[in-house]
Amino acid sequence: MEPQLLLCFLLLLSTAGYMIGKRQALAVGRSARGIRSLHSRPAYHGALTALWCAVPAALIFALWLGLDSNIIIRQVLAEMPASFRELPPSEQNLLVNEIKNLVNGNVFTNEVDPVLNAAAERYIRYRSISHGALTVICLSLGLVGILAVKRRISINLRARNQVERIITGVLIACSCIAILTTVGIVLSVLYESILFFRQVPLNSFLFGLEWSPQMAIRADQVGSSGAFGAVPVFWGTLMVSAIAMFVAVPIGLMSAIYLSEYANRRFRDVVKPLLEILAGIPTVVYGFFAALVLAPVVRNTGNSLGLDVSSESALAAGLVMGIMIIPFISSLSDDVINAVPQSLRDGAYALGATHSETIRQVVLPAALPGIVGSVLLAVSRAIGETMIVVMAAGLAANLTLNPLKTVTTVTVQIVTLLIGDQEFDSPKTLAAFALGLVLFVVTLCLNVIALYVVRKYREQYE
Amino acid sequence: MEQALIRESTGRQSPTLVSRRVSRDNRQTVGDPFVADPRMTCRNVNVYYGDKRAIKNVSLDVGRNEVIAMIGPSGCGKSTFIRCLNRMNDTIEGCRVTGEITLDGQNIYDSGLDVVALRAQVGMVFQKPNPFPKSIYENIAYGPRIHGLVDSKAALDELVENSLKKAGLWDEVKDRLHEPGTGLSGGQQQRLCIARAIAVSPEVILMDEPCSALDPMATAIIEDLIDELRQHYSIVIVTHSMQQASRVSQRTAFFHLGDLIEVGATSQVFTNPLHELTEDYITGRFG
Ligand SMILES: Nc1ncnc2c1ncn2[C@@H]1O[C@H](COP(=O)(O)OP(=O)(O)O)[C@@H](O)[C@H]1O
Ligand SMILES: [Mg+2]
Repeated sequence: MEPQLLLCFLLLLSTAGYMIGKRQALAVGRSARGIRSLHSRPAYHGALTALWCAVPAALIFALWLGLDSNIIIRQVLAEMPASFRELPPSEQNLLVNEIKNLVNGNVFTNEVDPVLNAAAERYIRYRSISHGALTVICLSLGLVGILAVKRRISINLRARNQVERIITGVLIACSCIAILTTVGIVLSVLYESILFFRQVPLNSFLFGLEWSPQMAIRADQVGSSGAFGAVPVFWGTLMVSAIAMFVAVPIGLMSAIYLSEYANRRFRDVVKPLLEILAGIPTVVYGFFAALVLAPVVRNTGNSLGLDVSSESALAAGLVMGIMIIPFISSLSDDVINAVPQSLRDGAYALGATHSETIRQVVLPAALPGIVGSVLLAVSRAIGETMIVVMAAGLAANLTLNPLKTVTTVTVQIVTLLIGDQEFDSPKTLAAFALGLVLFVVTLCLNVIALYVVRKYREQYE
Repeated sequence: MEQALIRESTGRQSPTLVSRRVSRDNRQTVGDPFVADPRMTCRNVNVYYGDKRAIKNVSLDVGRNEVIAMIGPSGCGKSTFIRCLNRMNDTIEGCRVTGEITLDGQNIYDSGLDVVALRAQVGMVFQKPNPFPKSIYENIAYGPRIHGLVDSKAALDELVENSLKKAGLWDEVKDRLHEPGTGLSGGQQQRLCIARAIAVSPEVILMDEPCSALDPMATAIIEDLIDELRQHYSIVIVTHSMQQASRVSQRTAFFHLGDLIEVGATSQVFTNPLHELTEDYITGRFG
């Protein structure tokens, strides 16, 4: 049976399990001192039966499908002629791909190696055996589950508590998946970074002033020695983010103040969602805008002022990134400002403070921790932003203070290091992971600080 | 004829003399809302929230060096009324005030009048203590700073000290002036708010249920304080507690559904109300 079909059958089976469990509980209840004598309501007995039917079978199902293609491939390879088995790993990978293509019917040539054809047929045969076995195992496991629970149903079965416990378990498992994924990402980045730091010393990476990751791929290539000093790259990120914050913080904060303190309801109801739409624009569109509209404007303006502006300036990228970040700051700050109790404002007004004095001297100081939190979140957003800078900032790693020059950022470098042909164990590729690791640590720290600050603020008014 | 009835009833002091109270259906003010040398006067004041009329044609004087209590069931407009006296209703969208309110003979709703100066003259203390999230010192210094009342650090220090002394808080906080005001107890915070209002030398202090969030000890302290403050200020206090009204006030005004029903000397209102509604309220029959 096809796995998809099997899944449908399992669903049907567990629905049946629900009915059976519920019916059984009703019967047990009636034959005792009425339905009220059951410890749990019949629906819980039904749910318990359905869960015992579905959960173990689903677990086996997931595990099986996760592992079976690997096992089958290994078996198929083992049965191929020795000349194929003794190929180096990389060519074996190609072989496996070819077999899989044959299996899926993606054949691009007319003459196919008969050995491969035979392997593909074997693959298909093994796969159908595996799916058959899976079907039998899952369905019988489901049935066993139903029967086992049905036998246990009595007026004293604590079905409600058990269902609650199983549901808790499922919820925990789901949140674990998120956590484990994060841990997995961190570990793999860490692993690759360690490989990188075996070839390039840590302090020459962290403190080196020159970044030119082009390595000689072949021995006869010239002119590319490979220097992995990350300072210029991080400097670029810092500069672009700083320009972005320079744009976003004042504009975002002031629009938040206007929206929460001055604007009337109607205006606010229209403008706030509009501002939040800014946050929904895909960053690649911002990148477009930066590269095609703003960068030429910046360059022409600069040139007409007699300045030397490169076509991919830090300024253009930073400005557009700043616009992208405005809604983060304005929306969060608006919420924080609204959370300042009206009684504080009344206190200031009653002393004769004007509207703007009240905002500057009472509301903003009270909201400051929350505002700082929103700014920090925006900073980590800016540092991690990729698309805009890929399209609008340059590739040259300049260590410069001049925002009109081209700079490059960490995320841009990661992208450029990883696209194109290269070996996966060359320092050039691995450098991307090292950059990613440092970036991750930086944004993590910022987020932790931001959350801490925001939480501290909450304690004050609730 | 109505007018005559009011005049006549004001004169009566002893409960035994009253044979018949003014009926519940009468919505005119009974008792004498006017005083000889008023600090503030209100004439035919109406307040609307949008279309809803929350205060209906109220006329009332606030005398010098007196505490006048506003009582009445919830939602009868006590807060709305005292918020007219320092134009705090201006900050509420859709709120409109008509009629005439004067402070020392000057109409406070005059278009030329400066609200900032008015609020320095008519201070306000709220139901829930609302110290700013600043130090104790800064809480007091805030008002004098924005009004430019002092020109030197020494003068400001002195003003802060005097205000805290008048509010009876100095001894408790003199060693921790630079700690946050929000760290004080509820009663201390409320006295801090009173000190904050005093610091800008007001003539009138409005208090909207200043003790309703406080425990009995803190309440007693504040009541004593109010009695002392009467020497320097006129005080308008809204309260839910009739005991409190009778302890601290000299005159009492009873509101019901936006109408000012009865005004009179506190002792008379509580022992011998002229209006049936007042009697219902103080004997606990509603509200
Ligand atoms: N901001 C407002 N908007 C609309 N109606 C209000 C507002 N504040 C108070 N009211 C209404 O005005 C009436 C008087 O309220 P309030 O002055 O707060 O009463 P009190 O202080 O005597 O309990 C109530 O009916 C209340 O619903
Ligand atoms: Mg009130």
